[in-house]
Amino acid sequence: MRLTCPLCGERDLREFTYRGAALARPEGEAWGDDWHDYIHLRDNPAGESREYWAHSTGCAAVLLVTRDTRTHEVLGSALAKGGGA
Amino acid sequence: MPELTLIAQNALPQGVVTTLAGTRIEVLPMRRLTALMPGPDAGPLAEALMAQHGLGLPAPGAVEHAEQAECLWFGMGQYLLVGPAPAPGLAEAATLTDQSDAWATVLLEGPAARDVLARLCPLDLRARAFAPGATARTELAHMAASVTRTGPDGFRVMVFRSMAETLLHELRAALEAVAARGMV
Repeated sequence: MRLTCPLCGERDLREFTYRGAALARPEGEAWGDDWHDYIHLRDNPAGESREYWAHSTGCAAVLLVTRDTRTHEVLGSALAKGGGA
Repeated sequence: MPELTLIAQNALPQGVVTTLAGTRIEVLPMRRLTALMPGPDAGPLAEALMAQHGLGLPAPGAVEHAEQAECLWFGMGQYLLVGPAPAPGLAEAATLTDQSDAWATVLLEGPAARDVLARLCPLDLRARAFAPGATARTELAHMAASVTRTGPDGFRVMVFRSMAETLLHELRAALEAVAARGMV
């Protein structure tokens, strides 16, 4: 799999580190089902998945990547800084 | 307590290490390196660099040149000034860190250079993807590295000083393997 970094261009997977699913952080600090979901529960999609990837040995940017887990097709990538795309 | 003066020294003895298949591995002299980190707004740094050093602010993957000075794009929001001591005006526009002895700099040059680097590094090294003058932060034999193409057959490789010997070892082994194939 190759990922396209908006700064560096298309790069090999070896330069990247997986940083988890891109999820909406719940509002507020009171414990509830929304926080339980956010911290403990993960989907395991066969298909489109939104994830954070750090370009660790490259430019050090964190990317928001949309990809298909069945085919490894990368559908989009953007800098996570500023909310991604 | 006696006065101590700390002097930056090159991580490796300077000079040619190996030449095989017309391709040489050479430790370059240590130069003054300053990391420039401007934060969210790089505008003031761009102005100060041009005014004080005659250098533009490099775009991602690019190097800017002036007489005796270079500025490398060095990652997101990071630039590396190579050569001169930073002019005082730069400190107002960015966070500056002296990194002169923090990096080991090695030149790999000759007809086998690209094949040698291709064994160690996942970059697309073809001229259309990585032209002379381009620079990249990448991985080289599992080490975080900076690679700059100095010409059609020349690459300047930088790794952290603590990995200097490993870099030489990996380059030497790869050069021996490429030379043994006798295809260059």
